[in-house]
Amino acid sequence: MKNKSLVSINDYSKEEILQILELAAEFEANPNQPLLKDKVVASLFFEPSTRTRLSFETAINRLGARVIGFSDSSSSSTSKGETLKDTIKMVSNYADLIVMRHPLEGSARYASEQSRVPVINAGDGANQHPTQTLLDLYSIKKTQGTLDNLTIIMVGDLKYGRTVHSLLMAMAHFNPTFYFVAPQELKMPREYIIYLQNKGITFYEQSDMTNLEKADILYMTRVQKERFSDSMEYERVKNAYILRNYMLENTKPNLKVLHPLPRVNEIHTDVDPNPKAYYFQQAENGVYTRMGIIAAIMGLH
Amino acid sequence: MSTHKQLQVSAIENGTVIDHIPADSLFKVITILSLDTIPHQITFGTNLDSRKLGKKAIIKVSQKFFEDDEINKIALVAPDVKLNIIRDYEVVEKREVRIPDVVVGIVKCFNPKCITNNEHIVTRFKVEDKRELALKCHYCEKITTKDELIMV
Repeated sequence: MKNKSLVSINDYSKEEILQILELAAEFEANPNQPLLKDKVVASLFFEPSTRTRLSFETAINRLGARVIGFSDSSSSSTSKGETLKDTIKMVSNYADLIVMRHPLEGSARYASEQSRVPVINAGDGANQHPTQTLLDLYSIKKTQGTLDNLTIIMVGDLKYGRTVHSLLMAMAHFNPTFYFVAPQELKMPREYIIYLQNKGITFYEQSDMTNLEKADILYMTRVQKERFSDSMEYERVKNAYILRNYMLENTKPNLKVLHPLPRVNEIHTDVDPNPKAYYFQQAENGVYTRMGIIAAIMGLH
Repeated sequence: MSTHKQLQVSAIENGTVIDHIPADSLFKVITILSLDTIPHQITFGTNLDSRKLGKKAIIKVSQKFFEDDEINKIALVAPDVKLNIIRDYEVVEKREVRIPDVVVGIVKCFNPKCITNNEHIVTRFKVEDKRELALKCHYCEKITTKDELIMV
């Protein structure tokens, strides 16, 4: 995995994913390990994303490396009209690793082709956000003890939600059973249904929040108003995908509720004190997972 | 009209005849093969009667013999094309075109938010479905379908 860019979760094999998760667990046990004391990491955020940026920069600092970069394209040379290609060519002369967030889809793949050093995709538009997927996997493994043979219910915007698509593809290595809960307008796209069928993975599609008692993981996402062509339809379905604490009553003891955050109202705050609510710890796991990713790419074991 | 079969476009001595082009794809084929810039004689006819296609177009290019990679590019817009290689007024070889596995630099990605539509980048697609024509962008990973096909 040394020097291998991480653009899409599909770039990494099952073994490579498991190796990163093991490293992440070691960093969680001992977070301050200045293994990259002599390294410089560029953190290029062409659009603001405070949560992701702070998570990465914390990970970089805990590894002892130094950070250069910008948090918003208005403070970069992009505002003077420099192309992405030129920015990447220049920065890859300075840094040992590039972490990049960009509003255009495919920008991370292109950057990885132009760069002399590995590129970690911290989100390219609506396309990929593989470090989110890895931290989801880490959270699942940590809470369930395994990734194998789990039942996962995904709720909300399954059509546009990039986190559910990447998680689905990554989990496909581990023989899961899926339940997809979404309104008609936001159903799981056909390409992912075909993907699962080809892999022989069991899944069910439903439009209401039932079968929760079967789940090991309940993965909630936001249903966004702007995704609906018909606002009447949005008003009709918006309350059908809200998780309330009473709904968790007969669920399995090992169930954990995950959410990529930020949430709006799809998880009622009455769920927060429930020990099955895991979304805030999930975010914390992001730092250890990103330490694991950076360490693996920089060739540490 | 006589029963004698007449050529609708005159014959060439040496070169390539591209037959069975859907009439509405003629100018796309011309663009893809850059026929607007080659120095040889070219004749073409369009809206010709065809039992198979209804209306077809035909192109005859003198002194030009296409390589497979070059000619396979037109399979995206004219999959049923028949190529006749002509030497000394005789058809010496007949060929068909195949949709390639990878399409480089011919088609635009339909996604306006794709990096390839925002910087000067040669587009690159993996052909996911040859029958229905589904092209997966190497960069943004979105699928461009037949109806959304725009040439670069």
